[in-house]
Amino acid sequence: MVRIISRRLIQLVVTLLALMTLVFFWLRSLPGGPVDALLGERATPQTRELLTRALGYDQPIWVQYGRFLKNVVTGNFGNSIRTGEPVTDVISRAFPATVELALAAIIIAIGLGVPLGYLAARHRGRLLDNATIIVTLIGISIPIFFLGYLLKDWLTQGVHVFPPSGRISTGLDNTDVTGFFVLDGLLTRELDASADALWHLVLPALTLATIPLAIIIRITRASVLDVLDEDYIRTADAKGLRSPTIRKRHVLRNALLPVVTIIGLQTGALLAGAVLTEKVYNWGGLGTLITDSISGGRDYPVLQALILLAAAVFVVVNLVVDLSYAVIDPRVRVR
Amino acid sequence: MSRPGGISTLADHKRRRIDELIARTAEPGGVSLIRDAGRRLLRNPTAIVGAVIILLFLIIAIFAPLVAPHDPVQRFPELTRDLTVDSIPGATAGHPLGSDPLGRDFASRMIYGARQTLFVGVLATLIGLLLGVLFGALAGAFGGWVDALVMRLTDVMLALPSLLLAITLVALASRSTQWTVIIAVAVVNVPIFARLLRGSMLAQRESDHVLAARALGVKRRDIVLRHMLPNSLTAVIVQATLTFAVAILDAAALSFLGLGDPDINRAEWGLMLGVDGVRYFEVRPELAYYPALAIIVVALGFTLLGESIREALDPKNRR
Repeated sequence: MVRIISRRLIQLVVTLLALMTLVFFWLRSLPGGPVDALLGERATPQTRELLTRALGYDQPIWVQYGRFLKNVVTGNFGNSIRTGEPVTDVISRAFPATVELALAAIIIAIGLGVPLGYLAARHRGRLLDNATIIVTLIGISIPIFFLGYLLKDWLTQGVHVFPPSGRISTGLDNTDVTGFFVLDGLLTRELDASADALWHLVLPALTLATIPLAIIIRITRASVLDVLDEDYIRTADAKGLRSPTIRKRHVLRNALLPVVTIIGLQTGALLAGAVLTEKVYNWGGLGTLITDSISGGRDYPVLQALILLAAAVFVVVNLVVDLSYAVIDPRVRVR
Repeated sequence: MSRPGGISTLADHKRRRIDELIARTAEPGGVSLIRDAGRRLLRNPTAIVGAVIILLFLIIAIFAPLVAPHDPVQRFPELTRDLTVDSIPGATAGHPLGSDPLGRDFASRMIYGARQTLFVGVLATLIGLLLGVLFGALAGAFGGWVDALVMRLTDVMLALPSLLLAITLVALASRSTQWTVIIAVAVVNVPIFARLLRGSMLAQRESDHVLAARALGVKRRDIVLRHMLPNSLTAVIVQATLTFAVAILDAAALSFLGLGDPDINRAEWGLMLGVDGVRYFEVRPELAYYPALAIIVVALGFTLLGESIREALDPKNRR
């Protein structure tokens, strides 16, 4: 176990290092390099030279690369071009918003996806099964930002069921403890703030959950069908076990293994989907940060840090999922 | 590849799907398998629906100038007259879907949109496929350090979620054009195709027909080009069909994020949905509904066909 973990950790470091190197050299291979990217095309030669020297771009590329690596390792990503604040501050402020959104989405996706997939498999070929398949196919074919606008249009415009954007109502004096607004409300006993934040969370989370939900349904269904076909299920049936016992002990436990892996991989879809969803609902998390760093002149220090963060989160979550696999499946531990 | 311990590594699922595809298509005696699969495909209503959708899409794209009532970039005075930020004219005589925000015939733009969408989807898929096949074939044919290098590179690319990788690529380019979008969407698919082809080549290396060719003294280049590559093509085609759907969805997402094609004359569904469709959603939601519906239907068509071919090739379904 320890060997597997350490090997995976090394793999993680190597992957991130390679990614950083690629990003570093890509930025420097742009026409004009990062200085032009920062100043735009109309800068005078003097300002350009000044900034070049100030940022150390006049030094040899290997010196620059070494300094870049050192900065990254020590967590110094420089300052945002747009706001002038340290990149780490900008990112840590936006981080909880996205985590809250992604968690809500994955809870919806698992909570709905596993039972639906299971039911579809048990009623294979019947109406429920076919309806589920069609809905999941549409789910993976719909541009999710469009779905976001649809939901917003239906549920916030004519009938004011949900708030159209933001994380919490303006004017609500909530205390910021952790940055997770739902949790903060519970911690400070401001239950109205918690409820309000939860209310704001519903539509964005539903939008973001679409693709993971569709995929979890499909995998669960396929996996349950596979397991139902196994000899041990027939044996369990033949020896007279009651069907609820078979379902719980034999079918579900075995069928959920592939689903766990998929959940880890869906982190990727969630990270990418968050960029789109957050723009639709003006959410103010990492996704919004990416969009803002791109549209208002490219904010390279922030972008660079966000790319590394996204890759790190994706790889780490998958590592955790793989390890949890060992907990769920005793067969893995034995070997 | 999944180790015997059953612990899956990163992106292992993606790899496993690729492996399954290889296992299904690299089986010797491929001709009868393919004929068999073809027969199963024709009996499968899902495959037929997918094929019909794709065919219709192709016909509209090819014959757009004949089908469309107007030029997609022409601005009509009678449409621009009633055009304000808060009201965009709907259907009028001669303009069945009304106007777009610049007074152009929306129906014509939708029809020509099939063409541009096909262009973006096909090119993004093809470039990704060619680069992926090239790298995969190199890795599979040479093995050793070439293989190791290519595989580590694909690992790095798979460490970023695909849309994020595309966003990164476009964002890092100094300004976006139609080509940055196409290339970004294409590059995302390179590691998938590379892994697919490499696995398929490795599976064939020890197979009887390759051994026989080698025993006959056929040159390595010819073995790779004549014997190994053609046998890997089925898997590549299945993947390409599925990739097309993802490519047009990714292109739409890039447009929505302001990273799309800046050409205001271009009629492409993703662009129409991601820029004007969203901007004028409260004024005239039809500007979003039509391109969105078109994208959903076409993506669905390619997914249905791709999945059906994959299923038909599954030896488990052989009867």
